[in-house]
Amino acid sequence: MATGIIYNVQRYSIHDGPGIRTTVFLKGCPLDCWWCHNPESQKPGQEIIFWEERCLRCGDCAGTCKKGAVVFRNNMPVILTENCDLCGSCSSKCPSGAQEMVGRKVSAAELMKEIEKDTIFFDESGGGVTFSGGEPLMQPDFLDELLKRCKEKQINTAVDTSGYASWETVNRISENADLFLYDIKLMDNIRHKKYTGVDNDIIINNLKLLARKHNNIVIRVPVVPGINDSSDDMLAIGEFVLTLGIKSLNILPYHNTGMDKYRRLHLEYKIPETKPPSQERMGEIKDRLGSLGLNIKIGG
Amino acid sequence: MNERVAKLRQQSLDTIPTLSIERAELVTEAYEKYAGKVSVPVLRALTFKHLMENKTICINDGELIVGERGPYPQAAPTYPELCCHSLEDLDIIDGRDKIAFKVSDEVKKIQQEKIIPYWRGKSIRDMLFDQMSDEWKECYFAGIYTEFMEQRAPGHTVADGKIYRKGFLDFKRDIQQSLSSIDYLNDPEAYDKQEELKAMLICADAIIRYAERHAEKARELAELEKDPKRKKELEKIAEVCSYVPANAPRSFWEALQAYWFIHLGVITELNTWDSFNPGKLDQHLYPFYKKETEEGTLTRDEAKELVQCFWVKFNNQPAPPKVGVTLQESGTYTDFANINIGGIMPDGTDGVNDVTYMLLEIIGEMKILQPSTNVQVSRKNPDKFVKKACEIIRMGMGFPSVFNTDAVVEELIRQGKSIEDARCGGTSGCVETGAFGKEAYILTGYFNIPKILEITLHNGMDPATGKKLGIETGDPCTFETYDELFDAFKKQMHHFIDIKIRGNNIIETLYAKYMPAPFLSIIIDDCIKKGKDYNAGGARYNTNYIQGVGTGSITDSLAAIKYHIYDNKNIAMAELIEALDNNFEGYEKIRQLLINKAPKYGNDDDYADSIMVSVFDAYFNEVDGRNNMKGGKYRIDMLPTTCHIYFGSVIGALPDGRKAGEPLSEGISPVQGVDKYGPTAVIKSAAKMDHLKTGGTLLNQKFTPQVMEGEEGLEKLTHLIRAYFKMDGHHIQFNVISADTLRAAQANPEKYQNLIVRVAGYSDYFRNLNKKLQDEIIARTEHMAF
Repeated sequence: MATGIIYNVQRYSIHDGPGIRTTVFLKGCPLDCWWCHNPESQKPGQEIIFWEERCLRCGDCAGTCKKGAVVFRNNMPVILTENCDLCGSCSSKCPSGAQEMVGRKVSAAELMKEIEKDTIFFDESGGGVTFSGGEPLMQPDFLDELLKRCKEKQINTAVDTSGYASWETVNRISENADLFLYDIKLMDNIRHKKYTGVDNDIIINNLKLLARKHNNIVIRVPVVPGINDSSDDMLAIGEFVLTLGIKSLNILPYHNTGMDKYRRLHLEYKIPETKPPSQERMGEIKDRLGSLGLNIKIGG
Repeated sequence: MNERVAKLRQQSLDTIPTLSIERAELVTEAYEKYAGKVSVPVLRALTFKHLMENKTICINDGELIVGERGPYPQAAPTYPELCCHSLEDLDIIDGRDKIAFKVSDEVKKIQQEKIIPYWRGKSIRDMLFDQMSDEWKECYFAGIYTEFMEQRAPGHTVADGKIYRKGFLDFKRDIQQSLSSIDYLNDPEAYDKQEELKAMLICADAIIRYAERHAEKARELAELEKDPKRKKELEKIAEVCSYVPANAPRSFWEALQAYWFIHLGVITELNTWDSFNPGKLDQHLYPFYKKETEEGTLTRDEAKELVQCFWVKFNNQPAPPKVGVTLQESGTYTDFANINIGGIMPDGTDGVNDVTYMLLEIIGEMKILQPSTNVQVSRKNPDKFVKKACEIIRMGMGFPSVFNTDAVVEELIRQGKSIEDARCGGTSGCVETGAFGKEAYILTGYFNIPKILEITLHNGMDPATGKKLGIETGDPCTFETYDELFDAFKKQMHHFIDIKIRGNNIIETLYAKYMPAPFLSIIIDDCIKKGKDYNAGGARYNTNYIQGVGTGSITDSLAAIKYHIYDNKNIAMAELIEALDNNFEGYEKIRQLLINKAPKYGNDDDYADSIMVSVFDAYFNEVDGRNNMKGGKYRIDMLPTTCHIYFGSVIGALPDGRKAGEPLSEGISPVQGVDKYGPTAVIKSAAKMDHLKTGGTLLNQKFTPQVMEGEEGLEKLTHLIRAYFKMDGHHIQFNVISADTLRAAQANPEKYQNLIVRVAGYSDYFRNLNKKLQDEIIARTEHMAF
């Protein structure tokens, strides 16, 4: 049976597809977007986040670690990553939740139990489950099994993807996914590479192929001021989408609520000064893209 | 809303509540004249008559529906026969920071010279405390339970449709008939019946006279009135008041006015715990509305204006001043008239009609605290109705609250009501289920469930008072299994419920003997037929409730004990009790473990939720089915009003990590802030309780406004409600407001004068809540949009 690593299960998700949904966040992403608000989703394996403000300085984490990976420096626990095998004992021992293990190994069957908990809400609202990330296509066997199990249980599925995977994977997943939420960040490849760390040709090509075989695709575009919010960039995306015969496009305003997480993960946040786009600007983009003949929604 | 309504509404909002001594004086005069000379029911009836014949008649400028409980709006009377306030009480009522009433020196003087000398030692409150055992009193003052009837009369009943089909002249004929059928030769209760029925006749005449006095006043005002339009209105008011409630109403206007006189009659006769209410108002008004709009004698706007005038009348009547524990368990001006909207018809079909939507519109426009309102949602009702209600809820006032009417019917049927009577029922007060017009469903007091655990953990001792209030169930450190602990907890619960009910039975008898309500008895079936008073078992159904408080807190406390002490052996019982006794000072690590590393109710986690179910079952088995003194049974409700704050204040630290004195969880909602998986998980957890075995449960959720944005937000909220009700959930309500807004309102109350929030089974102005309650609401988990 396939297992995978997830970092969150969000129930009552109401912006990731139709109805009341449960969103499962799979861990690991090949992209490294500057604006990513879930930086803990990027690394494929588990990791430990330290919440300084929660720490009681009780020393239980250091006391319990058999690898000597937790030491105290300046009355503060520090994890020596070279010694740490991510066994999680410090995190399970920590009374206050200061040492938090991000990422959980889970089998498809176990995860299904969690998903099925909200079946009554899915049935009532026409909702279902959304697999997001990270990049869910990075765990294709796990995702494929989950989609099949959902189909068996008649639970509607959506896959929220960057599209950065092999066509074989996209193709395989498309067999059982009811809906794709497919991200496009930028049409200009040079800047795409700069801001996401990867080329966009794979993403574009996959979308072209996918559009031919799957009839339920919603394009999602993050609007990040100073990076892709110019009218030219937005129009380029809109015009491309039109050529594929796709009508639905969601524009998602950038927000900086993930900033604190970067600090806790000891990562650099590259755009600390960037502010969310104004409502007016989002309205303008909506109108401009709408005039192309697309159905534009602000938010998911 | 039009200019008239806006003006009346504003007046109602701007008027400062005052305490009126008029009723106390009139009641005292009547007792001085009649007490000891006539039977008790007749004494009560003559007192009612004296009130109706002499209380000030008030017709406010511009209003269409007339009559006030006090001499003018926001003037609350007192009920010295129930609770005779001391002068210190009056000073407190006058000067307190929240829920104050202006008390003039004149009032204090009358209280001192006339009221206190007559009533001291004779009021029900005095009699009650005199009659209660020391054991009962010790538990009462330790905060194990509260007592609803210590300064208010048995309340909780609601009007059904008969008052729109019959006038008091018709009721008089029914009473006469019952009188003439008394079997004086064989019935040992013949005399009691005769006196009760005589009393009812006096009350029927009295209410007719009261209405007629309004007609006279209106005519007087009409003669003086210069404005021809208002003159005509006053003449119309006179015509209406001389017709109803003597006769059955003929029109929409008369229907509203008839109800209002009856309302005033009920709440003037006695100060019932929850004021009376019209129940299924949309269904009652619809036949009048339909007929008149079809005939062209009434427009929708006119009908709406009349209802809005009617709305203001409720808001003009603050709940009479409370003191002591009663104030702490119900600290609000709200008098809990809770109008039911929607639901089903007596034949079981969809009850939503044009008036339903009109009432929803009015709630959204009026934005006032009273009357409270709720929507009764049946699987038979259209989604349009639920969505319209959600639109009002989204405005953020916490009403109308939302009830599962199909569950309500099942609850009533389980209790033994006929299906027709069940369908005519609904919910009142906060969330309490009743067969409208046919049932006395008396809430007798709150029960502090987490306190029972505290006492169990101290082998029968109450750490707060240092008294041995419980029984010895053993040193918990010697318990080898969780089940042993839980058995001890059940034994303590049994002990305290026994004490509570022993007291209740005496109190019930005091009311039956000394404080009958012959006016109310006229309109509740089958008091006339039986010749028996509402307070003595005259109603067709007689139910007593004890309301359990602290579901989340007790569940999380037991779950933490089971998890850490018995299942994982992380903490020793002795260590835990020491930590609790020290309010976790020096034991922060243990507290963090209890908070962060134990299963919590509200997360759809069976470990915790099964404990909730076991506590619920224990409480249900302890209370449900016991006999009351009126031939009915005891049942349970799960709600707190503001009692979770008071009960929290008498409990030390709890094993869920809560510190001493902090509020308990509210209703059946999870402990504030521990529900981490969103509203569907909370709903799933709450639905594991068997709601159908209760007479009401209370679940509140807090959402940020963004969650409900747009048409989609409304639809999803509708789905959430429908799903909860599919699982037999009884009630759900939402605060649609962000914690940031609440914090700002706490810091700058002057800028948030009109901010209304859901407290428990009712809404209140945020500024009227004490700091502890404000903090508790802020601490509730805020569900955001994802």
